[in-house]
Amino acid sequence: MSEFFHSVTLDRDLCHGCINCVKRCPTEAIRVRDGKAKILSDRCIDCGECIRICPHHAKKPIVDPLSVMDDYEYTIALPAPSLYGQFNNLDNVEIILRALVDMGFDDVFEVSRAAELVSDATRKMLSEGQLPRPVISSACPAVVRLIRVRFPDLIRHILPLQAPVEVAARLAKREAVARTGLAPEKIGCIFISPCAAKVTAVKMPLGTKKSAIDAVVAIRDVYPKMLGLMKEETSDEKEYLHSGRMGIGWGSSGGESAALLNDRYLAADGIENVIRVLEDLEDEKLGAVDFVELNACAGGCVGGVLTVENPYIAKAKLKRVRKYLPVSCNRVGDGIPRQMKFDTEIQYEPVLQLDEDITVALKKLGQIEEISHMFSGLDCAACGAPSCKALAEDVVRGYNTPDACVFLLKDKMKSLANSIAELGDIIPDSLKGKDKAQTPQREEKE
Amino acid sequence: MSQTISFHYDVPGDDFTRAGEASSSVKKALKQVGLAPEIIRNVAIAMYEGEINMVIHAGGGQIDVEIGPDAVRMVLKDQGPGIKDISLAMQEGWSTAPDDVRSLGFGAGMGLPNMKKYTDEMDVESTVGVGTTVTMTVRTHPREEAGA
Repeated sequence: MSEFFHSVTLDRDLCHGCINCVKRCPTEAIRVRDGKAKILSDRCIDCGECIRICPHHAKKPIVDPLSVMDDYEYTIALPAPSLYGQFNNLDNVEIILRALVDMGFDDVFEVSRAAELVSDATRKMLSEGQLPRPVISSACPAVVRLIRVRFPDLIRHILPLQAPVEVAARLAKREAVARTGLAPEKIGCIFISPCAAKVTAVKMPLGTKKSAIDAVVAIRDVYPKMLGLMKEETSDEKEYLHSGRMGIGWGSSGGESAALLNDRYLAADGIENVIRVLEDLEDEKLGAVDFVELNACAGGCVGGVLTVENPYIAKAKLKRVRKYLPVSCNRVGDGIPRQMKFDTEIQYEPVLQLDEDITVALKKLGQIEEISHMFSGLDCAACGAPSCKALAEDVVRGYNTPDACVFLLKDKMKSLANSIAELGDIIPDSLKGKDKAQTPQREEKE
Repeated sequence: MSQTISFHYDVPGDDFTRAGEASSSVKKALKQVGLAPEIIRNVAIAMYEGEINMVIHAGGGQIDVEIGPDAVRMVLKDQGPGIKDISLAMQEGWSTAPDDVRSLGFGAGMGLPNMKKYTDEMDVESTVGVGTTVTMTVRTHPREEAGA
């Protein structure tokens, strides 16, 4: 596996090589090459924007099929809180959780339960005052990846706690091992996810060496199966719901912040807005803020590419299902458990850097400036790069040539046509004097 | 002679929405060059402060940035009212910003002091009624090396 795994794959047959995804990508990580979209692996942050925008549905998220349940002797569903916002006329979460069990899971461990633990731990860490302010949430994997490649100075602001789903998987597995006596590898912790970036977070985790999540299935794959299984009456006496309003609130933007019980926060969602906030944080433009919650998807996790419902409707539904629940049902106790904390540091990946040698990098930067002036500045992306500047950078990095620009090509063709016309005017010596068309100017030159 | 790259920006006056464009663009260039995160931060903060100052006090101006292997040099030039007493303007909390600007959260009197704090060298030349030129240098090597 390469250093950067990604949760997006391309169906080459469906890709028309149009530039929709190229223009949309917030990190300029896509180029069209040989008529097909290609992801520059080191720049991709798994935000899913290309999946959302592709008009031909050629970009597909990589998720596990539901049949992954068959790979384990004992399975635990880890439903994301955003799942609860997908259903109509529902105000009892228990119905959703039981449907998961009826689908074939042996048990359910809500991610919202772990979210409440993370909230409690965050409150503790904020009150201890050890972390550089403002603290940036580590819950959205696309945001953490964005910071890692583009905002090196902000890495130290990332909350050094595992995301709720990771905490949920660790706790669920430990509980299940104790209860069933099975070996950990026979127990499958399967995340019911709104988000493709979580697949990357499982395969190539940041902040830990190994994820405890065994598989990631999409809400949109589980949803149709669940619909038929949801019912009010049941013989199943067991209660699966162990979280309150705070944990479930994490499913939409602002939920994580609200759970901090501190007004000095900022919650931004949608990748463009997230980038703007990070730029401002980098310039220290945002004062008086203790906590920054950032979600790459508009609306928060309810806006994930693997969901079914419109994010804003899902947000309203989430509000409804949690209305009569207790505020919070989970606390970490006196100390923050070790397995909730980052066990590896997040390292800066300088993907923008042009060369390791600063003098060479400066030279290349100069070349980019120079070359970009050759282009039209229309940023038409017909060359397959998102902008003229990006093409200039590709040229300097040796990935493309200036001829990829259709306007330069047009100029070249024009000058070629002129040369042909000029050549046509040249008269061989043997014919000279027989043709009056010869220009005096040319005689002077020769 | 070592390699340097120059950028020129015209900062429009009275347009807060555009203040920060120049520092943003320089930040990207510095990341491409591969300077250390803290150096990039110092340049970004100092330059943004300077840009905002131009917008608030001077009706815009021009910024020239020169990036070299050893230092980033910024020259911010405006044709504004000028600064009467530079040493007073360098004091934290001292501000002549009008109330409407203060209500936007600017004008806390930290502009020039912050610019000085985040740069290795700073020089302010100003003539009342003519304009102000601020020259700032951020060295790309750690201060211990440069100082000792």
